[in-house]
Amino acid sequence: MDFSYLGQLLLGGLTRGSIYALLALGYTMVYGIIELINFAHGDIYMVGAFTALIASTVLLNYGVPHLAAIILAGVAAVIYSSAYGYTVEKIAYKPLRNASRLAPLISAIGASLFLESYVLLLQTSDFLPFPALIPNFKFWAPYESLFSSTELVILITTIVVMILLTVLIKFTKIGKAMRATSQDRVMAALMGINVDRVISITFIVGSAIAAIGGVLIASHIGQINFYMGFIAGIKAFVAAVLGGIGSMPGAVLGSFVLGLSESLFTGYVSSDYQDVFAFTILVAILIFRPSGLLGRSENQKV
Amino acid sequence: MLKLKDLQAFYGNIQALKGISLEIQEGEIISLIGANGAGKSTTLMTISGIVPAREGEILFKDKPINKLPPDKIAALGISQVPEGRRIFPYLTVMENLDMGAFLRNDKSGVKQDLEYVLELFPILAERRNQAGGTLSGGEQQMLAISRAIMTRPKLLLLDEPSLGLAPIITKQIFEIIKKFNKESNTTIFLVEQNANLALQVADRGYVMENGVITISDTGENLLVNEDVKKAYLGI
Repeated sequence: MDFSYLGQLLLGGLTRGSIYALLALGYTMVYGIIELINFAHGDIYMVGAFTALIASTVLLNYGVPHLAAIILAGVAAVIYSSAYGYTVEKIAYKPLRNASRLAPLISAIGASLFLESYVLLLQTSDFLPFPALIPNFKFWAPYESLFSSTELVILITTIVVMILLTVLIKFTKIGKAMRATSQDRVMAALMGINVDRVISITFIVGSAIAAIGGVLIASHIGQINFYMGFIAGIKAFVAAVLGGIGSMPGAVLGSFVLGLSESLFTGYVSSDYQDVFAFTILVAILIFRPSGLLGRSENQKV
Repeated sequence: MLKLKDLQAFYGNIQALKGISLEIQEGEIISLIGANGAGKSTTLMTISGIVPAREGEILFKDKPINKLPPDKIAALGISQVPEGRRIFPYLTVMENLDMGAFLRNDKSGVKQDLEYVLELFPILAERRNQAGGTLSGGEQQMLAISRAIMTRPKLLLLDEPSLGLAPIITKQIFEIIKKFNKESNTTIFLVEQNANLALQVADRGYVMENGVITISDTGENLLVNEDVKKAYLGI
């Protein structure tokens, strides 16, 4: 057995898993709070990548150094995507808060199509090259061929984001309000929590994290197009369901399980069928463990 | 302190409140009794702004509140312990109590109230790091009342505090409700199916039937009222 090949696949799986995790967190947070699958979430990630491309092109043109450019472009992407996430919620979901569950779901698909078409019309349908913004670190040079500096940054960023998010949810006042709102929206309102604001903040936080994922994947792969959020979004959704939708540790676990197993499947079986593989996993979970790895079964929710 | 004027509310097309008028003075305990489905819980949910008032008016300290969102009504000092207690099941006991103090910024006052409720219900101190959903029904009721006290309410709305509890625990909870009313001079509006208990602690009571108020009198008089006795006291 070729262990270095296996190692490579596992490291590649970690990178995939990180990106899925950054996206899956947004799905699971929104689902946890308003029980909606936000199909536009993948497109928010795409908007983040486009914002970063535009911002970094401008910045590099003005001679800003690479590292500063990626940080500023990342910040621009986070702000822009958050604003989109906030607006999509206000326009497409909030008016349907008391409608049947199917209505906001259809609205979400509409929002997704809208964002894709909007970028298609305003930008292009072609793949655009994305500059490799993350430099190859000198200290990392011996390992560069195994696990690139960009991949290292992706993994570390993901870990940092997860830690910050955990602190936010567990210990801050707004985090507690988010958990309370997700467990019982009426009771949260009776305690004086402005539920609409909590929902808005959830969309903003989820979108910001997705934007970070979008920028990182774009600078890893080196090209973007208006459709990039679709498959990534669906895969992250599979990861969130695999982990147990509504559960944040579940989303992270599901993402890494999906990333690693997808990577192994690609390496040992076939790369042509990797998307089929992900959806096979989805079908299998829905049949055998619909509440996911760490999900709570519905009847526990009193 | 609180005045309902010809209040009407609907669930879809069904009219749950058909013109309710009542009045609560500061420091009173008022009981609203009636059968299942009479509209008692709807009355409380309408006061709290969860169910919209279609007609009529709700005045709190002479100001209309029926157009305000629920969080703004809570901010005025109206706190509700809803039917079924609605403890946040995956928050710990302490986090549930924290949610009660969500709108407050007076740290020392919050600490003081926390000590007060833990003294009132020592079992909650024992269970402080346990998830709310794992408590027994009686403990959950204690937690729900404590959480409401943590808001330092001016008006406390209690919906069926006796529901599903053993008689001995019910008695204990009613004693504490009365004690809290005396010690803090907090106005209490109590909704109950257990008419006997509710009327014993109440200064005044209202009887509700099919979305309208049929009788109103002092608690003592209602306890001996022939119609009330026949319909609600099982005598």
